[in-house]
Amino acid sequence: MNTTDPNEMTVEATLDNIPAVTAFVDERLEALNCPMKAQMQIDVAIDELFSNIARYAYDPSGPATVRVDVDQDSLAVRITFIDHGKPYDPLAKADPDVTLSAEERQIGGLGIFMVKKTMDDVRYEYKDGQNILTVEKRL
Amino acid sequence: MTITKNQNGSQLDMALEGRLDTATAPQLEAELKQSMDGVTELTLDFAGLEYLSSAGLRVLLSAQKVMNQQGSMVIKNVNETIMEIFDVTGFADILTIE
Repeated sequence: MNTTDPNEMTVEATLDNIPAVTAFVDERLEALNCPMKAQMQIDVAIDELFSNIARYAYDPSGPATVRVDVDQDSLAVRITFIDHGKPYDPLAKADPDVTLSAEERQIGGLGIFMVKKTMDDVRYEYKDGQNILTVEKRL
Repeated sequence: MTITKNQNGSQLDMALEGRLDTATAPQLEAELKQSMDGVTELTLDFAGLEYLSSAGLRVLLSAQKVMNQQGSMVIKNVNETIMEIFDVTGFADILTIE
């Protein structure tokens, strides 16, 4: 891993680090003149995905890397979350039932469901001992 | 996130400003817990709210459940990004959005 890569950030996977990761990605999105709505949707995706890593990947804790890549041809931004905690595919979970009443509602699974709905592509792979989750958003 | 509270008897208005996410949802949860006793009309003003994540939805859901028991809850001035989140998650059917 190249730690001097300006498009990559590695921090301890903790909930406290979500604002720093969000700020890091936002800075790159702003440089692209990313539309405000897409940026807010990406910020929500970061909150959901990074908090998942912070809560479940490690016991007690470990590092996570966030990468921002831009595809200039299709004008899409790709954000990759990498951790080497326990293998976990958040996409394997069934989508929540969004038709239930307030009393019957569960929040579990709603975050990743929102990410799937607002991003253009979400992919997971487990490779070389790493969870690699990539979201893509066309601008 | 900034929360501005305005309580008038059993009427409680809360204006939220900023982002309702993992970092800030506990703040709203604590404010609600502290102030909801005896409230029959709860209004949440989202005019200054940029977005919310599932951490925010969790707090809104528990507030809605409490208000279903003791009165009513209304959310107003919802922006387009947040409305889409309410739509895709089915929260638009659970919440009262004005």
